Amino acid sequence: MSQATETTTAVQEQKKDAWFSPKNRKLITDPIGDNNPITIQILGLCSALAVTTQLKPAIIMAIGVTIVTAFANLIISAMRNTIPNRIRMIVQLVVIAALVVIVDQLLRAFVYDVSKKLSVFIGLIITNCIVMGRLEAFAMANKPWPSFLDGIGNGLGYGAILVIIALLRESLGSGTILGYQIIPQAFYTAGYVNNGLMVTPAASMFIIAIIIWIQRSRNPKLVDIS
Amino acid sequence: MNFFRNQLDKVKPYAEKSKFLHTAYDAFETFLFTPKSVTPGTGAHIRDGLDLKRTMVTVVLALQLCLLFGIFNIGHQHFNAFGLYPGLTEGLGYKLLYGLLQILPMIVVVHVVGLGIEFYFASKRGHGVEEGFLVSGMLIPLIMPPDLPLWMVALSVAFAVVIAKEAFGGTGMNLMNIALTARVFVFFAYPTDISGDACWVSYDYNFLHHIFGLQHLTSGNVKDVVDGFSGATPLALAAKGGWEAVTKHYTVSQMFWGDIPGSVGEMCKPAIIVGALMLIITGIGSWQIMVSMILGLLTMGLVFNGYAATFPTTNQFLSVPFYYHLIIGSFLFAMAYMATDPVTAAQTATGKWLYGFFIGVVGMIVRVLNPAYPEGWMLAILFMNVFAPLIDHYVIEANIKRRLKRSHA
Repeated sequence: MSQATETTTAVQEQKKDAWFSPKNRKLITDPIGDNNPITIQILGLCSALAVTTQLKPAIIMAIGVTIVTAFANLIISAMRNTIPNRIRMIVQLVVIAALVVIVDQLLRAFVYDVSKKLSVFIGLIITNCIVMGRLEAFAMANKPWPSFLDGIGNGLGYGAILVIIALLRESLGSGTILGYQIIPQAFYTAGYVNNGLMVTPAASMFIIAIIIWIQRSRNPKLVDIS
Repeated sequence: MNFFRNQLDKVKPYAEKSKFLHTAYDAFETFLFTPKSVTPGTGAHIRDGLDLKRTMVTVVLALQLCLLFGIFNIGHQHFNAFGLYPGLTEGLGYKLLYGLLQILPMIVVVHVVGLGIEFYFASKRGHGVEEGFLVSGMLIPLIMPPDLPLWMVALSVAFAVVIAKEAFGGTGMNLMNIALTARVFVFFAYPTDISGDACWVSYDYNFLHHIFGLQHLTSGNVKDVVDGFSGATPLALAAKGGWEAVTKHYTVSQMFWGDIPGSVGEMCKPAIIVGALMLIITGIGSWQIMVSMILGLLTMGLVFNGYAATFPTTNQFLSVPFYYHLIIGSFLFAMAYMATDPVTAAQTATGKWLYGFFIGVVGMIVRVLNPAYPEGWMLAILFMNVFAPLIDHYVIEANIKRRLKRSHA
């Protein structure tokens, strides 16, 4: 959280920037790496466990969250000076809920089978802490364009972890990627067996833990002893 | 010994240069020779030679009898399945040879993978390599089914050592028993290879048969198993048809002496009892945990018996006489070697009683009430491993409270 507030103050100081100035670009790259919402802020774990058995729903979920976070950030940031402070949570929720409904309807219209598989989890983007967290930590204090970029960055950071987990879980757990067989039949006849542990949600906990371990041992600055 | 000394001295100059070689050199030197640094003779230190090395090696020694019987029993069950050498001592040489060839690759794989990872982490962190893995490395082959593919063994060991041990900081820091973590990995990742009736007897290993000219003895095909041989363990039978079904296949003395299919080291109860006594006498295994675990099992067994006698139930496992629970399945092995692991068990005296008792209770619940899991000790011990620090915390808190009260009064 401390890093998020630092970026907040840094952006407030700037007067007028180019659309993709280094500072703005950092808004996108930071959450993918050193300020990742899942591995550093430990947010949004619930959906990371639930939708990552296969790669396809994970990708759709990542896109959904990216869109919702980006546009919620944009809208709230545009409205930030007119929202009464006391009811800001409610206003934020209304915006998020509206966006989630739009995403849900779009999925139902164009990719119905995936929408069925994701079922309740699209609706639950509303409760994804990443969306609310970015609104509170960033959009309420920044201009619309940086807020929009921040939303995209956090959505992508979330999505990147989701895709890594789903890749490992689908390839090791079912021997497929996006439904295509990647482990040749010869392996199975030779005695290879799909890893049943990877299909259970516990596996994504292990994978997230290992990603966190690797990330923090490569960059000791991220280790917080509290 | 001189040979080892010479070899080590030859490597020594290189060991100064590379971090990894230094770790390896250090590990082998302390393993083969008594370290030069000992507790000084003056002062108030405890001058017992019981260091980590002796602790670990005692456990490994206590396991040897189980291993020996396990080797014999793999062969014995294998030939029995094909209707050959039905007597215990008939074809003893073949049985031992078959068992040895089955278990030896597993032991080698476990040690190569486990120690490899251990050496890597130790050299990266500048730690010494401790003897801790030798115990896990001996336990893991003993708790796996005899026919488990070696790549699964390797994968499970790698998982257990990295996730359960190194992630927490290496020897002595682990939260959960490493051997059981390896087994639980196989159990959830490859359930068909470690549960059911087909995996507890080693059926075919054609390659061995060809090398040693044993192919005329057995065709090594599951189809050629003699009629009436099922390979089901007493636990599986009890879950299906209660105690009657068990005694139809196995006598009580068979179950006690270990002439039954199962994981490699868990069958022979006398061998386990001798090992357990060794651990108790040397003070390495805690007798409190063992006794309280038996108490937990008997209590829960009595409750189940009472329930089955009063209420009509379809679960015939409930009415298995509670004392027979001691000799079916892996209870004694888990009690002697798994629950008493000094790192993962509770440390306080009261804590040990609670810890053991609840393992007994939870293990029985899983064993009897859950039809999906035939045996409960692995899950019960891992479960209580996680709670051991909590138990200790409250025991210590209670102690502080009690003493505070005394001083205020």
